Amino acid sequence: MDLAGLLAQILNGMQYGLLLFLISSGLTLIFGVMRVINLAHGSLFMIGAYLAYVLAGATGSLWLALPASLLGGALFGGLLERVLFRRFREREHLDQVLLTFALILLFEEARAALLDNQFHSVAVPAVLDFSVRVTAEFAYSAYRIAVLGICLGIAALMFAFVERTRIGSAIRAASENAEMVDLLGIDAHRLHTLVFAAGTALAMLAGALAAPLQSVYPGMGDGFLIISFVVVVIGGLGSIAGAFWAALLIGLIDTLGKAYVPQAAGTAIYVLMAAVLVWRPAGLFARA
Amino acid sequence: MRCASPRGNLALALAALAIACMPFYASPYHMQLASTAMIAAMFALSLQLLLGGAGMVSLAQAAFFGLGAYAVHLLGRALGGPPSIFLSLPASTLVAGLAALVIGPFALRTRGFFLLMTTLAFGQMLFFVFHDTPLGGGADGVFIQRPVFAAFGVGFEVTRANRPAVFLLVNLGVLTAMYAVLWWLMRTLFGHALLGIRANEDRMRAMGHDVLRLKLAAFVLAGALAGIAGHMAALNDAFVNPELLGWHRSAEALLIVLLGGIGALHGPILGAFAYTLIGEIGQSITERQRLVEGLVILAAVLLLRHGLAGLRLRRPAPT
Repeated sequence: MDLAGLLAQILNGMQYGLLLFLISSGLTLIFGVMRVINLAHGSLFMIGAYLAYVLAGATGSLWLALPASLLGGALFGGLLERVLFRRFREREHLDQVLLTFALILLFEEARAALLDNQFHSVAVPAVLDFSVRVTAEFAYSAYRIAVLGICLGIAALMFAFVERTRIGSAIRAASENAEMVDLLGIDAHRLHTLVFAAGTALAMLAGALAAPLQSVYPGMGDGFLIISFVVVVIGGLGSIAGAFWAALLIGLIDTLGKAYVPQAAGTAIYVLMAAVLVWRPAGLFARA
Repeated sequence: MRCASPRGNLALALAALAIACMPFYASPYHMQLASTAMIAAMFALSLQLLLGGAGMVSLAQAAFFGLGAYAVHLLGRALGGPPSIFLSLPASTLVAGLAALVIGPFALRTRGFFLLMTTLAFGQMLFFVFHDTPLGGGADGVFIQRPVFAAFGVGFEVTRANRPAVFLLVNLGVLTAMYAVLWWLMRTLFGHALLGIRANEDRMRAMGHDVLRLKLAAFVLAGALAGIAGHMAALNDAFVNPELLGWHRSAEALLIVLLGGIGALHGPILGAFAYTLIGEIGQSITERQRLVEGLVILAAVLLLRHGLAGLRLRRPAPT
């Protein structure tokens, strides 16, 4: 096994894991605070990727797509929460599952109507279209390094926000005990809108960042959705820190698995999940 | 779970009779459509046992359905020719039931949201086994040899001409049997224990019931029934692909159950026929099938709180 190849796979795994973190942190927050299972979360990721494809095609560069996906995601998520999800606060899980399943179908159809059903590629921004030479025989894509950096920066900002601010403490309170939020006199409606907007923005940003790394195609959110659920289960529902470590773990296992034991890679993460469910049902990184 | 009243059962029996007589008045196309609806009804009935019976929401149900369908293909490949339906039907049931028996003890440690996520993940795991490995013929699916209606050299030949009618009657027979078994089951002590779990799991545990074992029994039985539905789908379509196991199909079954009404045993049958009809009408109006489907689901969750079976109720169903 050559060392340079292994190093590249580890970096790829971390970068994949950090993208997974952007998606699953939104999923886990939305679940923790709102008690909503959002199956359409993968579709939001897909919308972000398609937004990047359209904007990169129109402007010739990806740069506009990153803030646009973040801001557009926040607005879109806030709107979705206000118009649809608010009505489903007191409903059963099943109704929420079906609502978000309907959204998947509608988003897919909207994508097919507005664009097409083809695979597309998005160019890496010209500034970052080079490789960083790490050692004599190992070079790594500058864009991938930038993605690593952006994701780590966002993760750090999220930790600071959730741990240090007043709204962050409300989010933590809601994740542990929904009634406590009402007792503390926090406006639950506004908190929900904020959390859903943030989750949507993160998922769409992840989509925009991932667009140059892989093809943009119909149903691309589906795979990410399922893996994000695994991340959330392993990390512990509602836990940002849990999602972070679990996402890194899954990213590394999946990437290294695909590189070195391709036959077993598809099922390895599910076996891990089953083991976690048996051993620590509350999540691997949940506080005791 | 609410079962149809004597008058409701009479209406169901009349509907079954009307379907049985379809070879005399309906076109092959409409008979195939009725078969599709009845297979959807079998699949949704298997989910209703979990959902309306024990209050468990599962997104792995399609995986058992798909396993039942793939069992037909794998059996045919192992035998080197079309299997007898008397062999393939038990094989599908057994394979799906065994898979549920393996997954159940893991998944059923969780409840509510967690159960949804874990069943989703286990279902997708099976999906990827058929999608990523050559075991079942690959990601694009394969045409399979239909099971034959024969055993020990005695048989009944299905031709292209009589196939829609024969399959219609076979599907009707299987659906009727499945409904009758569930109708009986929900009246047994086991059925009542399941309903107790749905109403209040902790109380059942406190009363000394082995809740996990009861739930596992329901999960395995539901998996086996889904396997039967998958077998009938493979028989009808002579084609299997990994999408049969995908979670979209599980969500579709949830929709059918919701459309029909969660608390009613006959709900899935109403829901399946309504869903098939809506799809058929939608297809004739627009090519955008997902648009129609999505809007129907939205309308169902926003407006139809107790399903079609609840439309005629004077007061909300007791839960």
